[in-house]
Amino acid sequence: MPLALFLEQTLNGLQQGVMLFLMAAGLTLIFGIMHLINLAHGSLYMVGAYVAATVTSLTGNFLLGVLAALGAAGATGMLVELLALRRLYGRDHLDQVLATFGIILTFNEITKILWGPQALFLSTPEVLSSTVEVIPGVPYPAYRLFVIIVGLAVCFFLRHLIINTRLGMLIRAGATHREMVNALGVNIDRLFTIVFGIGAMLAGLAGAMAGPMLAIEVGMGENILILTFVVIIIGGIGSIRGALIGAILVGMVDTYGRAFLPLIMRSFMEPSAADTVGASVSSVAIYVLMAVVLIWRPRGLFQAYGG
Amino acid sequence: MTQRRLMVHGIGLGILMFLPLLAAAAGEPFLTNIASRVLVYALAAVSLDLIMGYGGMVSFGHGAFFGLGAYVVGILAHHSFNGTVIGFLPGEWQGTASALVQWPLAILVTGLFAVIIGALSLRTTGVYFIMITLAFAQMLYFFMTSLPTYGGDDGLNLWERSQVPAVDMYDDNQFYYVTLALLLAFLYLAHRVVNSQFGMVLKGCKQNETRLQALGVPTYRYKLVAFAISGAGAGLAGALAANHTEFVGPGLMHWTRSGEIMIMVILGGMGTLYGSVLGAFTLLMMEEVLSSYTEHWMLILGPFLVIVVLYARGGIYGWLVGDEMDEEPAERADGRTGGGADDG
Repeated sequence: MPLALFLEQTLNGLQQGVMLFLMAAGLTLIFGIMHLINLAHGSLYMVGAYVAATVTSLTGNFLLGVLAALGAAGATGMLVELLALRRLYGRDHLDQVLATFGIILTFNEITKILWGPQALFLSTPEVLSSTVEVIPGVPYPAYRLFVIIVGLAVCFFLRHLIINTRLGMLIRAGATHREMVNALGVNIDRLFTIVFGIGAMLAGLAGAMAGPMLAIEVGMGENILILTFVVIIIGGIGSIRGALIGAILVGMVDTYGRAFLPLIMRSFMEPSAADTVGASVSSVAIYVLMAVVLIWRPRGLFQAYGG
Repeated sequence: MTQRRLMVHGIGLGILMFLPLLAAAAGEPFLTNIASRVLVYALAAVSLDLIMGYGGMVSFGHGAFFGLGAYVVGILAHHSFNGTVIGFLPGEWQGTASALVQWPLAILVTGLFAVIIGALSLRTTGVYFIMITLAFAQMLYFFMTSLPTYGGDDGLNLWERSQVPAVDMYDDNQFYYVTLALLLAFLYLAHRVVNSQFGMVLKGCKQNETRLQALGVPTYRYKLVAFAISGAGAGLAGALAANHTEFVGPGLMHWTRSGEIMIMVILGGMGTLYGSVLGAFTLLMMEEVLSSYTEHWMLILGPFLVIVVLYARGGIYGWLVGDEMDEEPAERADGRTGGGADDG
């Protein structure tokens, strides 16, 4: 196997991993702190993608598009939290599943009405449309590199936020000793709304950055949602560190699987069959990974906050 | 059983028994065909409720058993119709179109898969259980999509419905009554199960599994058996679904299908068995009716689901029956009891 191809796929895996991390960080915080299963997290990703595409095509500025996506997703998330989800915190997880499923349907339909059923496409911004030779001899798209850098930056920002700031301290305390934080006079409702807003903005950011790489369509949120759940389950619910490790792991396994499994299959199968079988096997790879992790460690790799 | 509950059950059963007549009287006989679809999904939902509502095992992979049951029928019929030998089995069996072989085999195969998947999945609990069952379902889904012998992604047409002795499965009314009979039989079985000693243990597992284990009850085994029964029930539903749509495809195993079945159970009222029938009816009929009025029907269904959760605790069944469920408040799916602001 040529080393260059391997390195290129490693970068691709890393890029997919950081995208998943943006989604997983928010979802795992919401789950770990509010004990809420939020299926509608993927809808915020979709909102981010659509708003970014629209604003970018109106203004011609991708940066403005991303900022608008952050704002729109954050605002939508907090609005949904205030209107509906807030009343579900103490409820059975399955009630939350049903309600947030209802929210998914609602968002999908509103999106279809506002933007129409056909997929949108967002072109890569001028500045980043070139390629960079990170690995000698292999030109790599600058945009994907940009995604990796942004993702890692967010990762360090979150780490700083959670470890070094007062808000982060409250988030950590809220996850382990919610009643105590409440009793000490912290407005826990507001804290929850803020956490939800942060999670929503991260999802919006992921959606906006996915825009130039994927078709922007209704239902794009559900596909990444399932992957995101796989990530936080592998990492251990409530753990940001687990979300990072899980995201990189899933991104790598998925990318390597897609790139190399058909090649490996070809060595003992005819090429056309190898491609179909390889594609399916690589789709299964992350689920096999999750099942193996769970059979080995039934509560994920990094069990956080005793939850 | 309260009088109101008795009345709800009576009316429900009455409607189900005479539905083809009512449909014919209303001049809309195609309703029977739609109702058969409702019953098929109701059977799958009831089987899920058995483990989800009573045993606290939230399976997000029931679509796999549903689809597997359908594939058993599809594959047997495929070989029987084409007169080819089933390659992956020893011997020279060319499949069969007889329901008396197809359906029990569908139950057996799905039950067996449920034992294997359950044995591995039941090591985990709560949300982790939800996701590991999803993982196994996705594995089966992608396995079927990559199997070109049986249509792969495109699925398999069922050229011949299962042959039930003395019944014409191509007649909408007869198909309906066969499905209804099987649903009622499964409801009776499930009713017996949850009201037996076995059912007591199952309910105990949902409320406090640790305590049961401390009492010396081998809860794992009980849960595994329940999981297998549930999987087999979903497999039977799948066998009927294959006959109803005359098509078998990996779509039956997709996670959205598992989600749909789960939504039916929660919507109807978990841990009530009969509620699942109501849930299947409500979800599928809303889909059917609303989509005939507007293409944006999800804009009505979505908020409706949210409202049901916020205002009708215990689902539609709980709302109809009115009285308190004869159960303690459900514990969190992750086994956590404290922490919520209103947990008191």
